Amino acid sequence: MAFTESEILAGLAEIVNEETGLAVEAVEPNKSFTDDLDIDSISMMTIVVNAEKKFGVKIPDDDVKDLVTVQDAVDYINKAQEA
Amino acid sequence: MTPKVVVTGIGAVTPLGATADATWQAILAGVSGVHTMDNDWAEKYGLTVDFAAQVDPQVVPEKLKRVQAKRLDPSSQFALISAREAMADAGLDETDPDRTAVAWSTGIGGVWTLLDAWDTLQTEGPRRVMPLTVPMLMPNGPAAAIGMEFKARAGVQTLVSACASSTESLGHAYDLVSSGQADVVIAGGSEAAIHPITLAAFNSMQALSRRTDSPETASRPYDVGRDGFVMGEGSGTLILETEEHAKARGAKIYAEVASWGISNDAYHITGGEPGGKYALRAMQEALDSADLSPADIKHVNAHATSTPVGDIPESVAIHELLGDHVSDALVSATKSMTGHLLGGTGAVESILTVKALQERVAPPTINIEEVDPEVHINIVRDTPAELPAGDIAAISNSFGFGGHNAVVAFKSV
Repeated sequence: MAFTESEILAGLAEIVNEETGLAVEAVEPNKSFTDDLDIDSISMMTIVVNAEKKFGVKIPDDDVKDLVTVQDAVDYINKAQEA
Repeated sequence: MTPKVVVTGIGAVTPLGATADATWQAILAGVSGVHTMDNDWAEKYGLTVDFAAQVDPQVVPEKLKRVQAKRLDPSSQFALISAREAMADAGLDETDPDRTAVAWSTGIGGVWTLLDAWDTLQTEGPRRVMPLTVPMLMPNGPAAAIGMEFKARAGVQTLVSACASSTESLGHAYDLVSSGQADVVIAGGSEAAIHPITLAAFNSMQALSRRTDSPETASRPYDVGRDGFVMGEGSGTLILETEEHAKARGAKIYAEVASWGISNDAYHITGGEPGGKYALRAMQEALDSADLSPADIKHVNAHATSTPVGDIPESVAIHELLGDHVSDALVSATKSMTGHLLGGTGAVESILTVKALQERVAPPTINIEEVDPEVHINIVRDTPAELPAGDIAAISNSFGFGGHNAVVAFKSV
């Protein structure tokens, strides 16, 4: 069963909140993980690992650098779960 | 002339309380922090020992933000909480980063982080092993956490010598301040290693008390019926600075750190040299380098862990050190109440020593029914005892696996 795009966004926001303490509302689609949300590379890897677990997808390390904004991550997960 | 080094702040997280003061009040009241553990380890793993001296599990969630806590091993969580208390107690809202250092110990390091990661690897695979695993488990993790929080750029170091660790850190802190390398040193140690593995291992060694029917009385240093130590956990922080620096900012001063001494038995990996010869040497060095005589020493916070073999050599060494003045020195074995905090023990016991000098009261040693006939020192039993007025001094002893002996000497102010 696939997650909808809004479920992925909400789930990601929860993961980011758990890792960084940022409010879930702050995790908006157009925000950059590094520039807007101030998430460092180690936190980003933790978020990726938790997202893999939550959404049952694989996000290879080499692809993580392409996930600049929250929407990039939502799109990636959305596509990965179809694969 | 070497500047005087003083203690201006204290902080502690112990099985007896979430602050230095709560711990001190419980100590004076003779409270045991040892209890049967609220977990299923005895059943699940068949552990013989089902009790320990644990920190109240509410302390960390109450005092640390969730996001910060999850990035820190419990040994670092305790460290940061006690360091914050000590810095606030010292009134040091801001320090000069270039003149601020950290001297911090753990005995074992982030054992929970390591073993949790191992469990994750086994059950969920390598991808689920979190990226912060190594910085969380490293023994210098607590020192680094404190250093970052307080911007200590004059050096952040971790000395590891098992149960002597945090006394060595205090000694190192004394050296940093007295040599002029730092104005302020955040010193101490922490441990959070109560885990089925450590309990199984120490029990295999026959080092732990097995008094499961009466855990509160299990830690009984110097008693004829002592049968081992009790695992504890927690953290202690002392803020050391030059007297000049402290007075210039109008800080309160608990006590002077007079000097310290160190030695090694080079004898057996776990067993101390039975005559206490090198424990004596460390104590003697602490006195000599501080220009203290046996007549000055009115209080000893002993290492005394409640093991059958460990307590005697230390008591012999104290007797030899003080000679005719041995009866004037009130000896307290506070592990009877706190359990053994391993890498945190020296720091917490130094805090208790400093409080004893400040309030002129030596803590009790609880649970002694009959003093071992081989012990010939003046033990404070059951209730606190008054220390004399005037200029007095005290020592706090710590000894660790590996033959490490470390002793810090304090003077009243």
